[in-house]
Amino acid sequence: MSNTQNHIQSIQDIENGLANTGYISNTQISTAVFIAQQLQKPILVEGPAGVGKTELAKSLSTWLHKPLIRMQCYEGLDESKALYEWKYGKQLLYTQILKDKIGSVISDSDSLNGALEKLHNFGDIFFSRNFLEPRPLLQALEQPEGCILLIDEIDKSDQEFEAFLLEILSDYQVSVPEIGKISAIVPPLVLLTSNSTRDLGDALKRRCLHLHIGFPDERLEEKIINSRVPDINKKLLKQIVSFVQQLRSLDLKKVPSVSETIDWAKVLILFHTSILDTDTVNETLNVLLKFESDIETARKQIHTLTQQSQRASEIS
Amino acid sequence: MQHQEKKVIFENGHLASKPLRQFLQVARGAGLRISAAESIDAARSVSIVGWNNKAITKTTLSLLLAKSPEEKSQFDHIFELYFKSQEFLKSTTNEHKEELDKTSNNFNHSDFSQHSNELTEALLHDDQATLANLIAQAANDIELENIRLFTQKNLYTRRILERMGMRALEMKISAQLEAQSINELSDIDVLSERIHTLRNSVRDYVERQLLLFGRAQSEQFREELLKSSRISNLNAQDLIRMRQLVRQMAKKLAGRYAKMRKKRLRGQLDVRRTMRRNMAWGGIPFVTHWKQKRIEKPKVMVICDVSGSVAAMSGFLLMFLYALNEVLSDIRSFAFSGTMIEVSDILESESVEKAIEKILEIIGFQSSNYGSSFTDFDENWIRFLSPKTTVIVLGDARGNNTDPKVEILKNIATRSKQLIWLNPEYESSWGTGDSDMYRYAPYCKQVTVCNTLRHLENAISEIMAHSA
Repeated sequence: MSNTQNHIQSIQDIENGLANTGYISNTQISTAVFIAQQLQKPILVEGPAGVGKTELAKSLSTWLHKPLIRMQCYEGLDESKALYEWKYGKQLLYTQILKDKIGSVISDSDSLNGALEKLHNFGDIFFSRNFLEPRPLLQALEQPEGCILLIDEIDKSDQEFEAFLLEILSDYQVSVPEIGKISAIVPPLVLLTSNSTRDLGDALKRRCLHLHIGFPDERLEEKIINSRVPDINKKLLKQIVSFVQQLRSLDLKKVPSVSETIDWAKVLILFHTSILDTDTVNETLNVLLKFESDIETARKQIHTLTQQSQRASEIS
Repeated sequence: MQHQEKKVIFENGHLASKPLRQFLQVARGAGLRISAAESIDAARSVSIVGWNNKAITKTTLSLLLAKSPEEKSQFDHIFELYFKSQEFLKSTTNEHKEELDKTSNNFNHSDFSQHSNELTEALLHDDQATLANLIAQAANDIELENIRLFTQKNLYTRRILERMGMRALEMKISAQLEAQSINELSDIDVLSERIHTLRNSVRDYVERQLLLFGRAQSEQFREELLKSSRISNLNAQDLIRMRQLVRQMAKKLAGRYAKMRKKRLRGQLDVRRTMRRNMAWGGIPFVTHWKQKRIEKPKVMVICDVSGSVAAMSGFLLMFLYALNEVLSDIRSFAFSGTMIEVSDILESESVEKAIEKILEIIGFQSSNYGSSFTDFDENWIRFLSPKTTVIVLGDARGNNTDPKVEILKNIATRSKQLIWLNPEYESSWGTGDSDMYRYAPYCKQVTVCNTLRHLENAISEIMAHSA
């Protein structure tokens, strides 16, 4: 129990380290990163779009000074695009060269058996690392210093691809049939993100720590906006956050996420807004809401929402 | 299974503490699926973060054990429930000591209590903390955590009471009753009353533990029952759970279907296209082309009867239609009783309850007329049928003796890929009364009885297998 203190300290370290890069973490996120490092397990980050799932990986990479290798998933992604591919053209050229040179290699042997013997001794480099074109996953394993591997939007890929990931996620190695196993030099810190457009397989979930990032509460969101848009005045900040938080409780097709709040704050600063009023909101609402029907729904409520957010900023 | 797991955890050098082991069991009981590997991870990480900071322990375990937002909230609930009862146990032990010290100092013992054991004393002084502690101890001794079914409730209650020394106490009371004196009589009255209360609180305790430990079995049992019972016999509460099951099922089917769709034939060289592509390089095949088999996306049109004769079913059929609408991309849905309307938009834009309500409000519960409904379809939507479309009709084929318009159905069948009829009635009642089932049947590729969730699952999975 004596070293528990140290460990809790290091959860705090993670929080501080991430904060230095401008990423405001919470206990859940920091604990996840901490446990992931201790158990060498990947983290599966789920949550609505724009709450900072991808950002987490980027910030980790900045903080730990490790390269970030990102693999964007999409329907139809297969191993030749994710793991490795043979440099087919180069292999072809190699065989052409071999055809030219083969005469000189076997010229001094007179019998057929002798020539075959020579050929066997001749190095077989056709399927070798030289002709291997590493794709993100293989690149991640080959980083000498380790890296942050971000497998983005895993839910967009096919189920087969998920199964294919299992080996790399649990053992940090891949099998190339012609060469054999390739293991990681330093196991990378793996983050997978998902918007839950489909349910992921149990096998994949079992191998990962499951971190769910939801929308932040008012206090946390203020901190986040403040770190991303430092030159915003306190009163406006409070108003913006309170307004967005209320907006999220409306019945919308797509609720505004943190990244949209940040954009909005930036826009309002460009407009030299010092206080949020109904007109400003009306003009800039399309930054927050991406559907025409949502804007319509929100427009009816703008007046009350703005007033409430003004009140909220005055109280505190 | 459990023994094996204990061994595994032990061999890994991380002996899981008893609270963790028990908690894992409780979590499993509550429906979280936790594999042996996950419990090892849990033990390892708990040994890293420790138990000191409850918030961090909770987060850690939640990271490892709960794998979806629903499971997360479930997990939080169980964690609080379980560790609250644990803490309670600890605190009561302490209280109990203080309490005893106090009472022994300033309480005037009667004859009766001097000779009695701890239980009698606690009962006599109405010492709730001690009693709770005794219950917990006894429950621990008889391994209450093995309770699984609600039928075992009485058995375990009796065992706990016996373990607490109830039988001895009762014998003592009856002995006292025989040699009664007026002074003690009131004591005994009080005592019997408190014994009664104790019985109730033990039963409550057992019930709570059953909720914790026995949920898995009862839950499974319920789901099995639901899947195979007739939908028209279900009550409102079951319907809520049914909705979850329907959703699950639709998701599963869609997943399976997506897999079939993506099965491509790879590995055979398309010589013709490869040669054409590589003419520029003098025929040396730098770029290869592979033969691929593409499987079309499913096109489904569902026609659903919502008339009075299938009233009990229609809510459920619409529920399934809704779920199907969520998982399949190319689906158009229609509902009819006397006339037919397209309901795709309603299903698309509303929540499931509202959508069903709305559809039933517009068109539901009227007397059905298959003929005129099919005519509506013929006029408005038949042109959207293609040889790739699967048409599903959900209904009992009872048209109140109106013209069934069989020729339209025949037309639908020839213009689509396949026509499937799912009928909620048993085969024995087809063709009786106003049922036109046998007149429609020749044009359907398949006519299936469908009145339980399991029927529906089988039918749909077959449809998908065929259309792939």
